Amino acid sequence: MGGPLYSTDEEIYNKNLDLTKVKPYGDTMNDGKIQVSFTLPVEDNQKVVEAAKEIAIKMGLKDPDVVYHVGLDKGFTFFVIYGKLMHTIDYTKIKVEDLEVEIMSKEEINNYIKEKIGHKLIVLGASTGTDAHTVGIDAIINMKGFAGHYGLENYEMIKAFNLGSQVTNEEFVKKAIELNADILLVSQTVTQKDIHVKNLTQLVDLLEAEGIRDKIILICGGARINNELAKELGYDAGFGPGTYAEIVASFFVREIVRRKLV
Amino acid sequence: MTEKVNRLESKLNLDFSLVTKARETAKNIAFETQKFIDLHTTTSIERTVCRLFGIDGVDEFDVPLSNVVIDYLNKKNLLGIGAAISISNAILHTNFTPQEIAEKVAKNELDLAEFPLKDFSEIKATSNIIAQETLVKISQKRRKREELLYRYGDKEEPLIYVIVATGNIYEDIIQAQAAARQGADVIAVIRSTVQSLLDYVPYGPTTEGFGGTYATQVNFRLMRKALDEVSEELGRYIRLTNYCSGLCMPEIAAMGAFERLDMMLNDALYGILFRDINMKRTIIDQYFSRIINAYAGVIINTGEDNYLTTADAYEAAHTVLASEFINEQFAFLAGLKEEQMGLGHAFEMNPDLENGFLYELAQAQMAREIFPKAPLKYMPPTKYMTGNIFKGHIQDALFNIVTILTNQRIHLLGMLTEAIHTPFMSDRALSIENARYIFKNMKNISEEIEFKKGGLMEKRVDEVLNKAYALLKEIETLGLFKTIEKGIFANIKRSIDGGKGLDGVIKKEKNYYNPFIDLMLNELKKGGN
Repeated sequence: MGGPLYSTDEEIYNKNLDLTKVKPYGDTMNDGKIQVSFTLPVEDNQKVVEAAKEIAIKMGLKDPDVVYHVGLDKGFTFFVIYGKLMHTIDYTKIKVEDLEVEIMSKEEINNYIKEKIGHKLIVLGASTGTDAHTVGIDAIINMKGFAGHYGLENYEMIKAFNLGSQVTNEEFVKKAIELNADILLVSQTVTQKDIHVKNLTQLVDLLEAEGIRDKIILICGGARINNELAKELGYDAGFGPGTYAEIVASFFVREIVRRKLV
Repeated sequence: MTEKVNRLESKLNLDFSLVTKARETAKNIAFETQKFIDLHTTTSIERTVCRLFGIDGVDEFDVPLSNVVIDYLNKKNLLGIGAAISISNAILHTNFTPQEIAEKVAKNELDLAEFPLKDFSEIKATSNIIAQETLVKISQKRRKREELLYRYGDKEEPLIYVIVATGNIYEDIIQAQAAARQGADVIAVIRSTVQSLLDYVPYGPTTEGFGGTYATQVNFRLMRKALDEVSEELGRYIRLTNYCSGLCMPEIAAMGAFERLDMMLNDALYGILFRDINMKRTIIDQYFSRIINAYAGVIINTGEDNYLTTADAYEAAHTVLASEFINEQFAFLAGLKEEQMGLGHAFEMNPDLENGFLYELAQAQMAREIFPKAPLKYMPPTKYMTGNIFKGHIQDALFNIVTILTNQRIHLLGMLTEAIHTPFMSDRALSIENARYIFKNMKNISEEIEFKKGGLMEKRVDEVLNKAYALLKEIETLGLFKTIEKGIFANIKRSIDGGKGLDGVIKKEKNYYNPFIDLMLNELKKGGN
């Protein structure tokens, strides 16, 4: 190991994109170039730099360059490493439960509810568990919404309740029953040690125990959420970052009709 | 630093006659609310009296003895005269110490309700003697801080404030010491997310929590000791911060006073709006907690910045200013000096807003000029942090530039991984490096720069100040409680009898006595302790 920081050897790559063997792109097709950064709990010295390189190699990086390392404190060293990833994936074999929602406008959604459902929908939302962040649920529910996209409170045919943050699953279910909610929105923004997965699963268990899981549309959203994870956990849908109220509403109004929950 | 601002003319051509009018209006609002506060006490205030009387420890079920005693007195309907009276009366009868009394109450060996009330002036005198001993202890802690700051010299530049939040106090210590060595000046130990809603303070060292670490007196002590060690090593005083909010505001203030914490988040409005704590309860609690903070020389941090996480930062800027005016007056009433008022504001505008940086800069400068002696607490972008850590690092850099351009004092560092996870050690190191680079590279920029007469920035602050004044006039008419009910702050509505903790509010009886309010305020008014 070691070697010069900048290789002068011309590497010959297959310049064609092969979807059965996709790898990261730096500035040349199939160069596999990526950047990683991490901290090792060891004093900053030559030996730990070698250790970092070996970690990079174990990650599948060829010719790792430790472009920067610095001691963060006694016994901790931070690294920035570039390298060429050897792994490839077969893109053609990837299956994702993509949630394809045909997005309607606020007016279209209101009209859809009037015509096909015939009464106001009750939406209950909260940031559940220990999560203190309400950014996500606020963006979807609160009047103002986010980035010019009005929240559900602003919809004529929707009655939306935002319980805010740190709502326990028990409290949330109790309120859902009390309000006879049609749709439940659960937000999980910041997570620690994957607590959000446990929390989301527990909610499904509770709803099943109360016998109301089948009578409602259950949706989760948040920075670490995608539709695949949501489905896996027993939700009807999951939305990641950059989702606006009309996207969520377009999904649940159709889903209610599809499942004949009206 | 503060003097520098004082000597300068307004860079924004601020209308100071309007500032004076706004301040007068805020004073009226605070006075009106204070009338309500003065008629009440709470279970948490009385538990605090127990703690200040030296009652410590838990019973066999891990219930803090202060809770045991106050629950007992509450059941007997004795809290209206104050715990100090019942305990001091029991001392006169039995000659036990407050701690012995609490232990015996916990074991059902003592019935405080059985003792007939002795002569009131005698009871008061007894409680004053115990209280005085506690005041001496707290003053010693305060003097120790002053001594250390004198020995190491205090930093003139903005204080770099970072958060540790591992859930485990021992892991927090490793993170905190590392951060201090990297250049942090203030360490805040974030609390476990449910703690603000607990109606008791957990006991002992704790190693588990979510999104943070429980505030316990032992945890305070462990962290204080660790920071004292690293202060000694670095020749720089590292300040410690915790959260004196939620249902145990005054109790945590007392714990902080005993363990020499330097700053406390302390804001009733925050609890009402963001934790749904009953407004009566927490505004009463806030008063006593601020008296204790004032006496202990603690800088309070108010939470106005949080309004902007739910309301729009551009449109709601005046609500932040109005709230700062009100918080300032509440702080004065509790004996806090301006130098102890870390009023909150934030850099939270949408990055897509054209000239957003100019508006942020204008507002930050405005806050400094309106509260020149207050060590304002300036909060980083959080709402528009996206997970694009590279852009996030730049958003934080712009925030750092505003701080050095306007001489903010308490600078809470933004983290590039905001909205992803609680900071890694490396996140914190990168953020500190970012801030130190900018603060050094632009050190004297505020003295070199003036803003255009009649320009965008002048117009912006004029608008914010005028709207803040109009809002204060509205609040003056409505009263603070009604204002909160209408959802004027943070777009969040709370009802006067809703939320958590209302059952802990108790009407004072005619002969109510809390020796600490009287003794502490007296000394504070005399100018020092």
